Amino acid sequence: MPEMVKLTIDGKEVKVPAGTLVIEAARAAGIEIPAFCYYPGLSLQAACRMCLVEVERMPKLMTSCTLPAAEGMVVRTDTPVVAAARKAMLEFVLTNHPLDCPVCDKGGECELQDMVFRYGAGESRFDEDKLHMPERQWSPVVYYDAPRCILCYRCVRVCDEGMGVGALGIVHRGVHAEIAPNGGDHLECEQCGACIDICPVGALTSGTYRYKTRPWEMTHVPTICAHCADGCTTTLGVRNNRILRGNNRDRAGINGEFLCVKGRFAFDFYDHPERLTAPLVRVDGSFEAVDWPRALDTVAAAFREALGRGGAFGVIGGSHTTNEENRALARFARQALGTGNIDHHRTGDLATLLETGAPLARAADLYTAGAVLVVGANLSAEHPFLAWQVRANQRHHGALVRRVASLEELRDGALRGELAAAGDLVVVFNDAVKGAGVRELVEFGAGLGIPVKYVALVDYANSRGALEAGLVPDAGGLALPEMLAAGLDVLWVVGANPLKKAGVEFRRPGFMVVQDLFLTETAAAADIVLPAASAYEKDGTVTSVCGEVQRLRRAVRAMGPKTDLEIIDWLAHRMGVELRCDNAAPPARPDGRPDLVWSSRDGLFTSGTLGRYSKILDAVKA
Amino acid sequence: MLYNEPSPLEVKVLTRRFGLPDSASLQTYLAHDGYVALRKAQEMSPEEIIEEVKRSNLRGRGGAGFPTGLKWSFVPRHSEKPKYVVVNADEGEPGTCKDRLLMEYDPHQLIEGVLIAARAVGARAGYIYIRGEYRYLIEIVDRAIDEARAGGYLGEFELYTHTGAGAYECGEESALLESLEGKRGVPRIRPPFPAVAGAFGCPTVLNNVETFSAVPAIIRDGGEAFAALGTPKNGGTRLFCLSGHVNRPGVYELPLGFNLLRMIEEVGGGVRGGRKLKAVIPGGSSCPVLKADECDIAMDYDSLARAGSMLGSGGVIVMDESTCMVRVAARLMRFYAHESCGWCIPCREGTTWLRKLLARIHEGAARARDIDLAGDVARNMLGRTFCPLGDAAAMPTIAFVEKFREEFEAHLEGQACACEVAHA
Amino acid sequence: MTFSPQLEERFASLIKRYPPDRRRAALVPMLLYAQDELGQVSKELVEEVARRLEVQPLEVEEVVGYYSMLRRQPLGRHHVQICTNVSCMLEGGAELWEHACKKLGIGNRQTTPDGRISLEEVECQGACSWGPALLVNYRYHHHMTVEKLDRLLDDLRKLE
Repeated sequence: MPEMVKLTIDGKEVKVPAGTLVIEAARAAGIEIPAFCYYPGLSLQAACRMCLVEVERMPKLMTSCTLPAAEGMVVRTDTPVVAAARKAMLEFVLTNHPLDCPVCDKGGECELQDMVFRYGAGESRFDEDKLHMPERQWSPVVYYDAPRCILCYRCVRVCDEGMGVGALGIVHRGVHAEIAPNGGDHLECEQCGACIDICPVGALTSGTYRYKTRPWEMTHVPTICAHCADGCTTTLGVRNNRILRGNNRDRAGINGEFLCVKGRFAFDFYDHPERLTAPLVRVDGSFEAVDWPRALDTVAAAFREALGRGGAFGVIGGSHTTNEENRALARFARQALGTGNIDHHRTGDLATLLETGAPLARAADLYTAGAVLVVGANLSAEHPFLAWQVRANQRHHGALVRRVASLEELRDGALRGELAAAGDLVVVFNDAVKGAGVRELVEFGAGLGIPVKYVALVDYANSRGALEAGLVPDAGGLALPEMLAAGLDVLWVVGANPLKKAGVEFRRPGFMVVQDLFLTETAAAADIVLPAASAYEKDGTVTSVCGEVQRLRRAVRAMGPKTDLEIIDWLAHRMGVELRCDNAAPPARPDGRPDLVWSSRDGLFTSGTLGRYSKILDAVKA
Repeated sequence: MLYNEPSPLEVKVLTRRFGLPDSASLQTYLAHDGYVALRKAQEMSPEEIIEEVKRSNLRGRGGAGFPTGLKWSFVPRHSEKPKYVVVNADEGEPGTCKDRLLMEYDPHQLIEGVLIAARAVGARAGYIYIRGEYRYLIEIVDRAIDEARAGGYLGEFELYTHTGAGAYECGEESALLESLEGKRGVPRIRPPFPAVAGAFGCPTVLNNVETFSAVPAIIRDGGEAFAALGTPKNGGTRLFCLSGHVNRPGVYELPLGFNLLRMIEEVGGGVRGGRKLKAVIPGGSSCPVLKADECDIAMDYDSLARAGSMLGSGGVIVMDESTCMVRVAARLMRFYAHESCGWCIPCREGTTWLRKLLARIHEGAARARDIDLAGDVARNMLGRTFCPLGDAAAMPTIAFVEKFREEFEAHLEGQACACEVAHA
Repeated sequence: MTFSPQLEERFASLIKRYPPDRRRAALVPMLLYAQDELGQVSKELVEEVARRLEVQPLEVEEVVGYYSMLRRQPLGRHHVQICTNVSCMLEGGAELWEHACKKLGIGNRQTTPDGRISLEEVECQGACSWGPALLVNYRYHHHMTVEKLDRLLDDLRKLE
């Protein structure tokens, strides 16, 4: 426990750990001290001077964002002197700030606007000409308006310290100082847009959102990003049943400040022109759109017919579908279809890791562990939020971070000493480690003599949930590649695209039904395709790579497609089966077969079959 | 050749070798007590050196006037990191041109002062940060360093010059360190102070050229002898840079506590053209102006502080009755707006606001309320900026507006500048 | 990018002055000395210096824009910098400046068409007691008068 100090803020006694900044101590006591440049987790600037407070026995006002609380300190934030200082700072910042709030994207959710209302003067005494600079476009998604910029340097820091990219800097000096991108007149970066989110004013705006709406005209729906498995909350701004932006407005997710390019911008796959809106039935080799009742009747009839003659079924579930859908699908397969041929595309060997009984790490552990060992993965590209956690841990706690390409690099024991000295460790591995490799890795960890937790990296938003929901073969059941190769009587694919993998062996089943958003490689091979709702069009839960079970909240209603849960339920109804709501889904049965595990190694600009339907992502990566 | 004739009233301690043939050379230096103090310091313990400097009552000559011995004592004795000595030769305060002479005429005195400081704190290397415009001085100082190294005076110590490239803000010590490290000259958040985390994050002694140049005399002749030259708590002499409307402008070494009127009359030969004295900026542009009737004052840190101004960096700018104070205030604010680094809101926006506002008043395009506004804007900056530059811009403005309000009023609503018309 | 042997030697000596992991400290001096030789800080120079000091070009750009002596555009062979700050102003610095502009027909940070002389109105140059003062490149001229300025500018026009 750190030493505690007692100080008084506005007459309130506050006890905080020694070293706590006065601005944070005040917040802890429910006293707001306004600030632009101060931002928790980022380096200190003392630049905006909004957080000035009176401190007894100090001759001048002090910046509470740089002042550590000390025993007996007496701080006042509610005096006329402090109020006058805040008013003065706001008057200064407005001298060259254009008063274009009515056309500014930030209007309505602007920190400067809010502060001027609360602490500022009613009118300006500034009668001189304002400086003007034209707005600049730095990338398809990032625009910079220098006159609106108040130079709080948040964008510079979140890019450099948070993202580890350093694509933004400060050029010129004095009143001409402004933010500049690393490419001279453009940004060369991941286009994560963190700079836009963190900007307190409308200086950095989003190319995909600008001038489309006002913030108060939207509903803001925090949900879980559909792309990778990291489980970031993205807040979708919705108006008239359209998603107009994704951002990190409320910072309420496990991802805190973080969102990557996909979480922020690649929500647009949901209204891609190729989106399926009606069921398709194969008639004489080509698809024909039909209505839902006919489509469902056809599927139910085919299932019943195959059941009647004792045909062989195979069920492949998805990594984007919700836990509820996955469980319903598993129940349907086992109870209604009587098959143990159930699987999903396993992108990391979580099954073997679970079998070892080794402790699993949560995303939060990556921020607190004394050391992080990454085996195989390129975390920044493939699991950007986990990479963010590791960087923050390194920056804030000096964590030891090591990466090796494969298990072989651990065998010489070179890393053993420094890892063991780090106190505790999180080991993160991708599909470079599977089967016996996982057991070897866990043994390596156990040999260090410190607490070690593990993360088996998986690719998609609910990859881990699919495994945990029991989308794995029963004893003697066929696994995914075997189902594809077997030429079964019926193959049912829900939210998966196993035929995307090059060179996969496929024998046409007697009847094939696919539920998906698009006419994917797999859907194109089906006899009937049922258009499914996307993650942003349904409620439910998904389980992130580190095991956080989180809620999807429907942002928009899909016109035409149905959720996979509805489809499964209707099929059950049409077949006259009652799915028993037993929560005892069979435990994931590790089968020690490394051939069933492969990652798509999606990077920042790809994510299975969703990323390729994002026009914004295409524009950004070009 | 000297830039100006010396005055018989000078007390020549730091400038005693000025005017000697080849005064910058090691040979001349050695012939006139050169490196005697260093040899003496080598016999002393670091603590004894610092004590001697404390006894001298030497205060920083760069502007802030912090006691030098005390500053040195803040450097931790034991440190795992290397320690550095850094010389602030980024002379840029308008009205100040003395460090230039100390480097041009007696670079070895500066080097000796640095070497003594290095011994006092256990530093292993030093940098002399010289403003970019002083290129010729870099050549002179480099030559002197080479001579001192060849003569064995540096020992293990390494000393280098380092050029700036045009930024007044780098005269602020933490901004100077940033600049030294190859970054924008933006000040650092303090604490930690340079004594603990200075150059390259290591403990650092950082002083002005004149401060270091005073050290050899202090060690050689004893701190008490140096202190005795000045007034209590204001030890020694300092180089005053007389400029503006005097008959004999120039740099003169005078004891601290020297009367300002006497300086103007007897050292500077009086106000030029028989005109009346109107005002004096006593210590460089950042120091609030004194009206003529305030100029009967001892030129030391404490007396000027009592008068609401500062001794600053020794730039004494004398203005006669023909001077338009609005024009002076406006010109100075142009300087501060140009030099503001832009880091913090009140300085960045305040200096530019005042630049425009004061220029408008001078042009006769202002209304009555603009005069109060100028004072108000300056007061809103005062004490609230990230570094002293904001105060340096605000304080003189407040003084000009308060002390010469009638001149500001005379400029209102399209009236021509009265002073300039009267004295055209 | 190739530099003269003298400049290369200068760079080598500069880099040795700072702790090995703090090579960046040589940044400002390198830019200024290179500008002296090349006339300006070009984009190529920014990239070259960034490469040598192992920093991002953006980090060099941040510095270039900060220091008033560093410039992106070349100026005249003789860069005449006239101080108009208070001490020089009291001695007629502003009148000198206006005279120079009128005589050469150019304004602040502009160059005569023949590329010989450029003008800049500058802040205090540390010549307050001997003003009005100006610098031609790195050379000081004290106690200037309009007549002396005329002679100086005429000489600079002729000087190779």
